[in-house]
Amino acid sequence: MSFSPPWSGTNLPVFEPQPSRPAPRQTVGMIGWLRSNLFNGWFNSLLTLIALGFLWRIVPHLLSWAIFDAVWTGGPNACPPGYQGACWIFIFDKFRVLMLGLYPGDYLWRPILAGGIFFALAAVTVFHLLNPKKLIALWFLLTLPVYWLIAGGLGLTAVDQSLWGGLMLSLGLATIGVLISLPLGILLALGRRSNFAVIRAICVGVIELIRGVPLITILFMASVMMPLFLPVGLNINNLLRVQIGIILFSAAYMAEVVRGGLQAIPLEQYDAAKSLGLNYWKTSALIVLPQALRHVMPSLIGRCIALFKDTSLVIIVGLLDFLGMVKASAQDPEWLGHDAEAYVFCALVFWIICFTMSRYGHSLEHQKKEE
Amino acid sequence: MNILSRILKGGRLAGLVIQFVVVAGSVYFGYLLFRNTQANLEARNIASGFGFFSVEAGFPINSALLPYTPADTYGYAFFIGILNTLYVAFLGIIATTFIGIIIGVARVSSNWLVAKLAEIYVETLRNVPLLLILFFTYSVVLGTLPGPHVSLSPFFGCFINNRGLYLPKPLFQNHFGFVLLALALGVIIAVMVWRWSLSYQDRTGVAIPSGWIGSGVIIGLPVTTYFVMGRPLSWEIAVLKGFNFQGGLVLRPEFSALMIGLVLYTAAFVGENVRSGIQSVDVGQLDAAKSFGVSKGIIMRRIVLPQAFRVIIPATTNDYTSLVKNSSLAVAIGYPDMVSIGGTIIGQNDQAIEIIGLWMAVYLAINLVISIIMNWINSKAQLVEC
Repeated sequence: MSFSPPWSGTNLPVFEPQPSRPAPRQTVGMIGWLRSNLFNGWFNSLLTLIALGFLWRIVPHLLSWAIFDAVWTGGPNACPPGYQGACWIFIFDKFRVLMLGLYPGDYLWRPILAGGIFFALAAVTVFHLLNPKKLIALWFLLTLPVYWLIAGGLGLTAVDQSLWGGLMLSLGLATIGVLISLPLGILLALGRRSNFAVIRAICVGVIELIRGVPLITILFMASVMMPLFLPVGLNINNLLRVQIGIILFSAAYMAEVVRGGLQAIPLEQYDAAKSLGLNYWKTSALIVLPQALRHVMPSLIGRCIALFKDTSLVIIVGLLDFLGMVKASAQDPEWLGHDAEAYVFCALVFWIICFTMSRYGHSLEHQKKEE
Repeated sequence: MNILSRILKGGRLAGLVIQFVVVAGSVYFGYLLFRNTQANLEARNIASGFGFFSVEAGFPINSALLPYTPADTYGYAFFIGILNTLYVAFLGIIATTFIGIIIGVARVSSNWLVAKLAEIYVETLRNVPLLLILFFTYSVVLGTLPGPHVSLSPFFGCFINNRGLYLPKPLFQNHFGFVLLALALGVIIAVMVWRWSLSYQDRTGVAIPSGWIGSGVIIGLPVTTYFVMGRPLSWEIAVLKGFNFQGGLVLRPEFSALMIGLVLYTAAFVGENVRSGIQSVDVGQLDAAKSFGVSKGIIMRRIVLPQAFRVIIPATTNDYTSLVKNSSLAVAIGYPDMVSIGGTIIGQNDQAIEIIGLWMAVYLAINLVISIIMNWINSKAQLVEC
């Protein structure tokens, strides 16, 4: 006789957990997203409704102005005064002037080739196709042939600087401004941390003076005051003077960014360099600066963006850069009343260039974090 | 060991020699500049010194805060310019702070749409030049406004047309000073109540709604005084006469465009400071506060903002100074700030050195004052470690 408990049979009920019920419909999927992101609470719902109302008022107008009602083909007569859409043929008509200024038509291939080199180099930079050292060397080296293509000389017909203008001039002023002001800024930053009181005082004075005043006053100084400083009989043309002003202005800001990087270098690095017998310049060039510059690369890109935007101020001292050409085109009597198109196009170009640079800065920051 | 090799080897002597060479070089460079300038000024027949300040200016200024006529002197005209620069800087900083905070808070909003809109705003305005924004505002936004006869009138007494924005102008009568006095008194009382409530809460743990009491006093006192004193304030409303409006408070399009452009542009930067400040606060602290059952508003006021301010203030100081410097772009749209008026003077008498020197001195002074004030605020906001 054996005793078997009633539960020892083979058909013992096994505890089977029920599958969990799906989350309430209100918290998942489209509805859940809407509820948690747009309608969580009465205040957010109100904000969402206001924002939607705002978009409802603005976006259709904007789209019909910029695309559906816009004039894309035809001559100046295609958009009568008071027409409700954008007149993009105005931009097409002015495109060459906006990009290259009054550059003579016979030599158009030269700035176009130069622009090709420039944007190719920019693409190589943005997509991280080369290591930083080669990249920097390339930027410095390629500036010369690009300048030669645009300015002429040495076998090419010289093109007077008064004919340069448009986006070409803006990019040129900004690029040369960055390339020269960065080394200058590094020197100023090193000087500001120098052990020599006199050099420190001079560097602090220069940096703080320039950073304390608006770019316009520096440009006025370059344009109006600099001729008075030069020996009688020596003349530097306005473009070069303005470029010098931009370089000095940018150098002061670069110096402050670089100084931030220098301050982040631990003192042990200096001690280590000293114990290896490296002198000041070797320590700076081989140990300190490479680390410091890599550290502040994103901020330096930020300075490049700011400088590129700032070049638009040269219009005030009479140069016709991109914005200058845009403004001049908007005042062309043949095409009156198209300010909006002109400025929107200008904003779009500036935005694309600056936004690309700022994304590049972000990507450098990510690289740094991953290391 | 000769001197040359000692210098090359570095050390104290080398330092002294290098510094001496730098000083001598700078002095010589300065001397050269001075001599060249003298020769150039003479060759071009340009006077030097500030004697011209007492000469009659002869040009009109379209918006002056003080009465000005072309018969006034250059010095007074330049002074009007300085006032305009300060005016724009002051109003601009206040407006930028408000809009910047709104943008920054919107950037971190839990409302996806609002956060996206704020992001679009910031990324659009930060990536175009300010000058372009000014031109756009001046010629597209304000340039397409209707003429005086078909003015927009959003509310009674306010007219918007292509000549400017017309608002009712307050006319202060006798005894209005008492209302201002009451306002000042209200602010003082509110601050005292606030301080007392803090110490009271420290002692007893009981919170007193000092914010409500304070705002009540600040609003209540002047309003009561206003009625007790027999309403010593009336409004002058602009009236259409002939081709244009007469009277009222006029904001000219140049001023409006400058303010709109400057404020919207700088607010994008301030907004980013506010965002990074708020995001710099450790999420763990918010969770801790929530688990204690602290309300959302108090978390924001007592936990997030005090810590966020430490990040926000230094960056925003820079943005304030750049707002002041950027106000010089007024010259491009014809608002008579210091640079614009100075430029006119240079155009008339070629005395660029004096004017540019003055510009720089004034901007340096304004920026110095901003830095001092902001550093003071910053020292209050920084963590006091015990």
